[in-house]
Amino acid sequence: MSKITVTNLKYKYPHRDNLALNNISFEIQPGEFIGIVGENNSGKSTLCQSIIGLVPHFYKGGYGGSVIIDDIEVYKSDISTLCKKVGLIFQNPFNQVTGSKETVFEEIAFGLENIGIPRDEMIERINFSMKLLDIEQYKDRNPFDLSGGQMQRVAIASIIAMKPEIIILDEPTSQLDPAGSEEVFQAVTKLSNEGITIIMVEHKIEKIAAYCDKVMLMHKGELIKFDTPSEVFSLDNLSDYGINPPIFTSICKKLNLRKDDNNYPVTIEETLQLLKKERSYEQN
Amino acid sequence: MNKIKVENLSFSYTPNDLVLSNINITFDNRTTAIIGQNGAGKTTLVKLLKGLIKPISGDIQINGTSISSQSVASLAKQIGLVFQNPDDQIFKQTVLDEVMFGPLNIGINEVEAKNAAIEALSLVGMSKHENSNPYDLGLSERKLIAIASILSMNTPIIIFDEPTIAQDFISKEKIKNIIRYLQFQGKLVLTIIHDMDFVAECFERTIVLCKGSVLIDDETKKVFQNVDLLKEAHLELPHVARLSKELALKNLSLTIDDFITDWFNY
Repeated sequence: MSKITVTNLKYKYPHRDNLALNNISFEIQPGEFIGIVGENNSGKSTLCQSIIGLVPHFYKGGYGGSVIIDDIEVYKSDISTLCKKVGLIFQNPFNQVTGSKETVFEEIAFGLENIGIPRDEMIERINFSMKLLDIEQYKDRNPFDLSGGQMQRVAIASIIAMKPEIIILDEPTSQLDPAGSEEVFQAVTKLSNEGITIIMVEHKIEKIAAYCDKVMLMHKGELIKFDTPSEVFSLDNLSDYGINPPIFTSICKKLNLRKDDNNYPVTIEETLQLLKKERSYEQN
Repeated sequence: MNKIKVENLSFSYTPNDLVLSNINITFDNRTTAIIGQNGAGKTTLVKLLKGLIKPISGDIQINGTSISSQSVASLAKQIGLVFQNPDDQIFKQTVLDEVMFGPLNIGINEVEAKNAAIEALSLVGMSKHENSNPYDLGLSERKLIAIASILSMNTPIIIFDEPTIAQDFISKEKIKNIIRYLQFQGKLVLTIIHDMDFVAECFERTIVLCKGSVLIDDETKKVFQNVDLLKEAHLELPHVARLSKELALKNLSLTIDDFITDWFNY
């Protein structure tokens, strides 16, 4: 059974004329790692918020269609029920950190306190998620004394500690250094392999192509395509949607090198393989 | 020509824990990227340049004058800093007021401030949002407004702290063009950034900070040839460079076009 089923979802923020989400339908299976790409204001963050129920329960506005998680219909449920199943990591970590806690350790405990996790288990989960994000050394620091990148890791750890079945990450690596973003992608892949469903909005196209099972391409509130990275990034009219394919794909497009399935490569490994084949062919 | 000279600069937030130690750099009109791991001291360095925090030792001179004798207010006319987090910067009710605030505050008259603001908003492509409340806009748009708010001050030195956060492909191209335009105007542009592809395409010079010290300071292309040192700083090569290194092409290409040329010349 699908983990998330979205059918004809339409949504309009209050006092706005345009649809932020326009007739979106898709299904996501348990444990899938989904990337969402699209230009600014294409509806990526709004779609994320519709899965945890902030749309429509917090923002209000006009709503049609349905979002169903397991057997819970988001519209008929509430955020306090949904947040036990779905964790959302905010785009801006400065907004997610509560400000009511004085240490990183307690900040990560905040969500767990709110859902009544026993003390021993809380400590265990906090230690686990701090270790996963490599922030143990900051555990006694005030979250607001950390750098942007460090704070972003705390925000991610706070959600992982809640053990949600679905984790939504809205540009989780925007303030991280290259090694840090690689670590986040690997940590998230590990969770996905353990059966947790992952939905990630990200502009780092090369990483999306390398790690995600499937990619959603959004444009002006519509879902243009939902398919494997290779299918999505091989689209001829990708630039019409304000998206550049991975650099490796751009290079192969210019050299007109396609894979056997007629799609362009999207990762460095696939590209190297094709280029090396091409070179040995030329040399013969 | 604008120049910032940093001499023997050290700084710590808590005693005995140096965030920057003995930094010596001269910034000139070459567009310069400052890269390094989270916590390497990048943001701290630019806050020192702007006088927002004071060094524990060493000196910073802007065009020959030490900043230790200048107030933050007078430095504001010379250096504009776009904050990493736009929400730390934005506080006005409308976008236009926000972008006019900087110029008004450094003594530019209302008419000129408005013209400067309108021009800056058009540069970042936010003209149509002049009358919006910045907090009704998305993070990516607020970041562009934060950039416009500094551009409108028309300072000879401009520092961007991670300008591409939350930006899509089109806006990144826009930011690249703004950086080139500022350089063309003869301004000194410094940028803290984690996007190595952006560094490769946009900056002549790159400085790698690692644990509070300068690890490499060179032409961008040469910096990316130091694979081992970059690894030490927990940094990666730009995607094109990785590909050209794996294929052992003669040159290390940094851009797609370079790569295509090198490929055919192989």
